[in-house]
Amino acid sequence: MSLDKATVAKIAHLARIKVPEADQEHLAGELSNILNFVEQLNEVDTVGVQPMTSVAPHKLRRRPDAVTDGGVRDAVLSNAPETAEGFFVVPKVVE
Amino acid sequence: MTKLIQGETGDWEVVIGLEVHAQIISNAKLFSGASTLFGSEPNTQVSFVDAAFPGMLPVINEVCVEQAVRTGLGLKAQINLYSVFDRKNYFYADLPSGYQISQFQQPVVGKGEIVLDMPDGSSRTVGVTRLHLEMDAGKSVHDLHPSRTYVDLNRSGVALMEIVSEPDMRTSEEAAAYVRKLRAILRYLGTCDGNMEEGSMRCDVNVSVRRPGGPLGTRTETKNVNSIRYVQMAIDYEVQRQIEVLEGGGSIVQETRLWDTTKFVTRSMRSKEEAHDYRYFPDPDLLPLELEQSWVDAIKATLPELPDDKKARFIADYKLSAYDAGVLVAERASADFYETVAKGRDPKLAANWTMGELFGALNKQGKGIEQSPVSAENLGGLIDLISDNTISGRIAKDVFAEMVETGKPAALIVEEKGLRQVTDTGAIDTAIEGVLAANPDKVAEFKGGKEKLFGFFVGQVMKQTQGKANPALVNEILTRKLKD
Repeated sequence: MSLDKATVAKIAHLARIKVPEADQEHLAGELSNILNFVEQLNEVDTVGVQPMTSVAPHKLRRRPDAVTDGGVRDAVLSNAPETAEGFFVVPKVVE
Repeated sequence: MTKLIQGETGDWEVVIGLEVHAQIISNAKLFSGASTLFGSEPNTQVSFVDAAFPGMLPVINEVCVEQAVRTGLGLKAQINLYSVFDRKNYFYADLPSGYQISQFQQPVVGKGEIVLDMPDGSSRTVGVTRLHLEMDAGKSVHDLHPSRTYVDLNRSGVALMEIVSEPDMRTSEEAAAYVRKLRAILRYLGTCDGNMEEGSMRCDVNVSVRRPGGPLGTRTETKNVNSIRYVQMAIDYEVQRQIEVLEGGGSIVQETRLWDTTKFVTRSMRSKEEAHDYRYFPDPDLLPLELEQSWVDAIKATLPELPDDKKARFIADYKLSAYDAGVLVAERASADFYETVAKGRDPKLAANWTMGELFGALNKQGKGIEQSPVSAENLGGLIDLISDNTISGRIAKDVFAEMVETGKPAALIVEEKGLRQVTDTGAIDTAIEGVLAANPDKVAEFKGGKEKLFGFFVGQVMKQTQGKANPALVNEILTRKLKD
């Protein structure tokens, strides 16, 4: 499978990563190489095989329904570039 | 039976499907130990998981899973013992991780159904496609600053059930009935409080129109409609808009729209046009959710009697009409109230008083049954006084008005106000004699064949006795005396 330049631009946009147009052609080649490498897995017949979700036989851990966290507003907000009255503050995002 | 909308160029059929997001009732969030309480100070109920700090891992709340399964069972749906959590990727200021943990290809609950109770007493079954578990996003506040958006993450990570219907509905009334019924089931089950104003239940409306029997039309999705009335209005608006576009030679664009609650129109959300590429993939932080059949069975054993079963029982045991039974079971609290009133009493009389007088009074005061000034026991007491002839049905209405006002038991009001019905034939005799003696001309007219005057005499006697005379006795004695 190979990616074209337009697909690279689209992925970059969806990921909100700025990729200058000059770099897109080159990136398309690199990403295509990665995909081609991984595609070797298609040679294995996996009909009727369940996806492996864990190397060890673990089950999903569950927590009881108890309030054990929160109440740490200052810590939660401590890395925010801008805050006010206990809120995170960001540029206006309105429809 | 399919209802059609008449357009300029012929008939149109409407196709409606609904996606309802219902906030799960739990103490803590779906993947963190922060509280779910509504209305707290901003960002005080946020753990590092909810704020998506680097390295934080989600651990699932088992009660949230139980609530989703309970809801699935209440919708008579298939419970999937193996389901998978996926990441739904998109960027928005109130979604700190850049993805929502949801379920895509393998939801925890599969196909089910909801029986709609239509206002005319008929019912109709609508398919439920699926129910899946996901986390809610935070809340963006746009009106606190002219150029900034304020973000509160208290809601971030609260468990949601997304319940998707089949495109089985054909009118906005059916869509409204669907939301009402789903809300009733959720409340009976105790899995969601169904409070649409607070946003704990939100509705996305999918609408398309087509020529009867033709292929499906292109649909639009109107997001976050937050009341049943708005669901109906948004559908009606969207149907008209789509028919106008199509009949004008245009075509419908598949898009996300917004319901404008000030102008009562749907509007295109242009900024979301490109956002539909969610790139779902299994969340590597979470193993598949595997349930034991015995665990599901144990939940099933604790299900309460649900609205449909209760309605059937009310019809069978109390001989109520389908309509009356449907109204009474719409809320668990009103069904319980009715059953307390009806216990050991005439069920039809109990239904009339509960639905007629009481619901009327509550409506007028804008109160729910839980805040009723008249308790079920007291309403029952009033009915007892009617049944044993202590008061007449007419006086009972006055007593009831007083009960609504003061909350006092009926017997006390009757005693205090001396409203006890006069069943003493001597006293009624005297009153009748007085009325007849005062109106000799009318007596003569009556005897001359003007029998309509009977009502006049009854009225006068009731007036004399301040309405307290037993009407049956008055009729009986009056008839006898007028024949003399």
